[in-house]
Amino acid sequence: MEGIIYKIVFYLFAVLTVGSALVVVTSRNIVHSAFALLFTFFGVAGLYVFLSADFLAATQVLIYVGGILVLILFGVMLTRKVFDVKIFSGAGQVFPAAVGVAVIFFLLATVIVKTPWHLVGERAMEPTTAEIGKLLMTDFLLPFEVASVVLLAALVGAVILIRKEVRPPKVD
Amino acid sequence: MQFAIQWLVDKFSFLSPISILLLISLMFIVGTVVLLLAMLYEGLGTYALRKIGGDIQVRIGPNRVGPVGLLQFLADGVKLFLKEDIVPTVVDKKLFILAPFITFAASCAAFVALSYSDRLVISNLNIGLFYLLAISSLVVIGVIMAGWASNSKWSLLGGMRAAAQIVSYEIPIGLSLLSVILITQSLNMGEIIRSQSGGWGILNWHIFHNPFVFISFFIYFTAALAEVNQTPFDLPETESELVAGYFTEYSGMRFGFFFMAEWGEIFIVSAIAVTLFLGGWQLPIINNLDIHIYLKNLLQLGVFLGKTFLLIYLMLWIRWTLPRLRVDQIMYMCWKVLLPFAFFNIIGTGLWLLIFKGKGIPELVIQLFS
Amino acid sequence: MLNEYLPILILFIINIAFAVGIIIFSHFLGPRKSSAEKLSPYESGVPPVGDTRIRFSVKFYLIAMLFIVFDIEVVFMYPWAVIFKKLGLFGFVEMFVFIGILLIGYVYVWKKGALKWE
Repeated sequence: MEGIIYKIVFYLFAVLTVGSALVVVTSRNIVHSAFALLFTFFGVAGLYVFLSADFLAATQVLIYVGGILVLILFGVMLTRKVFDVKIFSGAGQVFPAAVGVAVIFFLLATVIVKTPWHLVGERAMEPTTAEIGKLLMTDFLLPFEVASVVLLAALVGAVILIRKEVRPPKVD
Repeated sequence: MQFAIQWLVDKFSFLSPISILLLISLMFIVGTVVLLLAMLYEGLGTYALRKIGGDIQVRIGPNRVGPVGLLQFLADGVKLFLKEDIVPTVVDKKLFILAPFITFAASCAAFVALSYSDRLVISNLNIGLFYLLAISSLVVIGVIMAGWASNSKWSLLGGMRAAAQIVSYEIPIGLSLLSVILITQSLNMGEIIRSQSGGWGILNWHIFHNPFVFISFFIYFTAALAEVNQTPFDLPETESELVAGYFTEYSGMRFGFFFMAEWGEIFIVSAIAVTLFLGGWQLPIINNLDIHIYLKNLLQLGVFLGKTFLLIYLMLWIRWTLPRLRVDQIMYMCWKVLLPFAFFNIIGTGLWLLIFKGKGIPELVIQLFS
Repeated sequence: MLNEYLPILILFIINIAFAVGIIIFSHFLGPRKSSAEKLSPYESGVPPVGDTRIRFSVKFYLIAMLFIVFDIEVVFMYPWAVIFKKLGLFGFVEMFVFIGILLIGYVYVWKKGALKWE
């Protein structure tokens, strides 16, 4: 009984994630697409909870909903054309693109099917925060410190990107 | 909640369909009660806002409906409820309708993670504090959505300002709370509160642990004021220049939900401050009382709410006293004052814990004299 | 642990259901006398002028970018803080380096005037 309820909830989240992702792709209004991302991110956070990755779930909401989505929204609102954006470029690249997509799809599908996934049985859910901290500070110390360099690059990039806007030339 | 589960498991010896159904319905009942209590508080909050405002400005404030105007919020609620449901023609209808729900749901969902007393915990999350930070970042999406969908200049400007301000001030909030986490080594709200008990009464509260945490509290409180758009940081909704900011176009109950969400957030940020810095539901006198456990929990709940309401009172006091800042001053405050201080505090707290082996000032002082 | 997350989901459902119910009720209870003026956006009592969706300053975009960078940093620091006492001096130095690298960026951003809002 308990399992059934969780199964139902799990599929609810799965449908929410995929459904809103479809809206993102198909909507003719890019602002609607951006807002639909909210539900995609949220659904993914729910799926993380099912994987007993509670810290990751909260991070997903905090960074993706609270940060990335805001950035995307700001970016979208900066564009002039909001409705009926023509993404289709009109160049005659349909056939090569279709072949490329088919190849990638086939590749991914093969990987998913062929990989001997390491299945773990039912595990008691345990707090993950401390474990993540321990791994970051020991085994993954170098990636952790490199991450700060990446963030530094992002900071510098952000400033360069809008340099002109920050210091507008004096008019009049 | 886990106590209810435990009780049901004991009662039926295993998780049978009946106990699961009972559990689910219990959760629904608890959820409804939480929601109703939250709304009662939000209603009374608006009353308190106006009464305290009246008091500070030497006016009487609401005094017509009910004894000393106490039922004013009900009258206001009914009025909002019976208002015409206006959806302007030029708005983006889907987003316009969706926005208040997102803001409202996000602010109410935060209520489950708080630890109201020793036993009164609805969701005992081990990432409690982090969950609260995450869920409150949902609010900003509702704000942008409302601002954009309204298709009104006031709304758009207010929404953009609000979004920029809220996301900016989330950084000092996250950083200032870290210095407490360094001490408690836990993100669970109950455990954070329990770590503040001990022999020296209120001196065990984290705010008195070391000078850095003391500063952190004020950083947090200032940033929290901005996070919930209270004066002096109420730029997103400045009624004298942006009409009402991002909810200018909203009326009736749709407006009501934004309003309730705002009060919900005010409660949450105050409750976080109480939990992390001010001992939560602990008060030295009550801790030592030898009374029935239910009565004790009730008293603890009272203490927790009392402390939270004191902080809310402080917020309202500030709201009615200080003038509003300018946009550039707000950004200056966040990025150039609070942020460096917050970083400094984390490093300071870390050093303190290393040097004094995790002991706080009260412990050190007592060691000195013994 | 899933049991601890179920109340959150249920509260979300109750909230939304309740809010939708209230709006629907209110929709039918309230008067319905709309007019073109009433349904036009508010612009201080005069007919709206020009396009609403003005393109605003790119500074908002910068703020969001800065936010993401520092937010990621904060998220990294939470797992560290939870085991700080176990790590001792070693962990402190590691985080000091991490913060130090970002502080360089912070100073750079400050010096470039990107934190200034005019």
